[in-house]
Amino acid sequence: MRIVIGQGSCGIAAGAEKVRKALLNTDINAESISITGCIGMCYLEPIVDIYDDDNKLTRLVKVSEADAPAVAAYIKTGDKTMIEKLIVTDEDSEFLSKQTRIALRNCGIINPENIEAYIEKDGYTALKKCLCDMTPEEVIEVIKTSGLAGRGGAGFPTWFKWNAARQSQGEEKYLICNADEGDPGAFMDRAVIESDPHNLIEGMLIGAYAIGASHAVVYVRAEYPLAIKRLTNAIAQAQEKGIIGENIFGTDFSCDFMIKAGAGAFVCGEETALIESLEGHRGMPRLKPPFPAQSGFWRKPSNINNVETFANVAWIINNGGEAFAAMGTEGSKGTKVFAVTGKVKRSGLVEIPMGKTLRDVIFDIGGGMKTDKEFKAVQMGGPSGGCIPASLIDTVIDYKALGATGAIMGSGGMVVMDESTCMVGMAKFFLDFTAKESCGKCIHCRIGTKRMLEMLERITKGKGKEGDIELLEELCYSIKDGALCGLGQTAPNPVLTTIKYFRDEYEAHIRDKKCPAGECSDLIEYSIEADKCRGCTLCAKNCPVGAISGTVRNPHIIDTDKCIKCGKCFTVCKFGAVKKA
Amino acid sequence: MEKTTVDLSLLSDVLNEYAAVKGSLITILQHTQEIYGYLPKEAIELISDQTGIAASEIIGVATFYTQFRFEPVGKYLIMLCQGTACHVNSSELILETIKDELHIEDGETTEDGLFSLKCVACLGCCSLSPVMMINENTYGSLTPEKTKKILKELREAAV
Repeated sequence: MRIVIGQGSCGIAAGAEKVRKALLNTDINAESISITGCIGMCYLEPIVDIYDDDNKLTRLVKVSEADAPAVAAYIKTGDKTMIEKLIVTDEDSEFLSKQTRIALRNCGIINPENIEAYIEKDGYTALKKCLCDMTPEEVIEVIKTSGLAGRGGAGFPTWFKWNAARQSQGEEKYLICNADEGDPGAFMDRAVIESDPHNLIEGMLIGAYAIGASHAVVYVRAEYPLAIKRLTNAIAQAQEKGIIGENIFGTDFSCDFMIKAGAGAFVCGEETALIESLEGHRGMPRLKPPFPAQSGFWRKPSNINNVETFANVAWIINNGGEAFAAMGTEGSKGTKVFAVTGKVKRSGLVEIPMGKTLRDVIFDIGGGMKTDKEFKAVQMGGPSGGCIPASLIDTVIDYKALGATGAIMGSGGMVVMDESTCMVGMAKFFLDFTAKESCGKCIHCRIGTKRMLEMLERITKGKGKEGDIELLEELCYSIKDGALCGLGQTAPNPVLTTIKYFRDEYEAHIRDKKCPAGECSDLIEYSIEADKCRGCTLCAKNCPVGAISGTVRNPHIIDTDKCIKCGKCFTVCKFGAVKKA
Repeated sequence: MEKTTVDLSLLSDVLNEYAAVKGSLITILQHTQEIYGYLPKEAIELISDQTGIAASEIIGVATFYTQFRFEPVGKYLIMLCQGTACHVNSSELILETIKDELHIEDGETTEDGLFSLKCVACLGCCSLSPVMMINENTYGSLTPEKTKKILKELREAAV
């Protein structure tokens, strides 16, 4: 009998560590209790997996400390009635069974703090195979056959980058992993590092061997303390086993390993900005060419891939490039991990073969909306991406097909929105982000995003004027043309896609001074429906400006002249009597 | 809040390890902030002396990254996530609640030195949105009520 508790950051935030401590306080044999990383069913955390002696799994979800005695009793007696309500439903189990997991294959299964657990799952056999039986060129050939493309956003063929770095002359080369997962709404890289750090290390070492690098560096966000901790631990274990260091597996390949923590700058996801940051400078992008493959970290040939890309490498070596390429579409091979969040019922990490549709992810696996409102759009690719409307829900997941919508595959963030999300507000949200995160090097990006933000703020305040939409579009194209790096070139995408698909919403804000989604506070009015109001006085008590009047057990009234539209009454009303329109 | 004198000897281990290693400025600043809770002016001057990097350049780097601050923070540093999923799930309401409860704006510290508020980029716990981190702990699925309760408990625990 083994009891395994899911302890990724999400699980811990939901209370997994408290559950573990509570279980340790029962009469369960402490040695049978262990941890794993992120199972990916984030909406059901904390999760406790119980494997019986035949390795048959009973999965308990939304477990609290108070459930510990019942779990202990079940383990002692085998009587399932005590834990019936905690057992995952068949419907929820489908969230995982409908996925195809390659990058996440060990996540939520093995103990991320123990190298032996990874080795048991054929860990480091791919590295050994590469070092002992394959030339670097052969490794690159397998990656080429697989069709693996960069999972960080741009979708550039991995083999091409590796080959360029391989061909580059130089004694000293660097292999860098971009773990600066900055896109709001994406967390698959964090999950991989927290849940299967050795898979990342193995993929990176194979990459280092392929390009001829003797130094490997991981640049990871400082906001991910648990990921840094588990990766540091994994590196130490691999060093102890001789998997990192001199003459790995007795060959003449040597490689050291280093972690650098980022300090909070979205632009550092851009590879040349990342290199500047690694060197201790402000993270401002460099002019390309020269590309990092020719002149990167310390001006040495360098290759940068993101975490998810590396997480596929060991699997590809062990299973062959053809097996990976057998999945997906003509132009997009293998699987992709998506972080499905927002107004979706089942949120978490979803890894599926390319070629599935957005509907498959959001409705079939994600279970559709968690609210009673209609699905409106899905935001993909974060601040560089765009909003795909409900009418395009059958779009195939493929770099080209998603690009054609105006959004991008991006790193895999999928934020699902319902009718209550204002699309102009969404565009403003992202512009606020890019305007803050613009490094300031290029004028178009630095000033252009600021001007666009000001216009969007005006529109959402009901102060938009005719011609604003056209002016926004014009600014979008000049920023795209005038920016040096990906941040600026893609910053207009959220605006362009929302104008493209939700132009009527912009027009409603500008012409009618209305927010159809009822989100922009300056454009809505609050009122109380007399027949629903019970006269509980809660709204009046919470109104900060005394705009609500009425006596106990009698319907209340909002004085719209006094009302500052803070929405407190709407939030506190228990009877749904406060309406906003 | 009164600033105490900065004990620069606490920095010697960090500087011994990293001052001569090229490209380590950000790492040094991170350790400095870990020690003092912020980047004191005296520490920046010392780092400049020991690394040979001009103080102006150090300030340039430190102001570029959101992680660094130049003022001490409260006992509890509230980092409120401003990611997309949190935005869609009404993180604005949580921000308003915290501002109301503590009477501070983003970037400020309460008069009693207990709480500091900082709006941050995505914390990556999107499934539990809206989310905040207070010191090392993450709190998810926040509602105004739950937020008030958490702040109250922390305030009581500090007494």
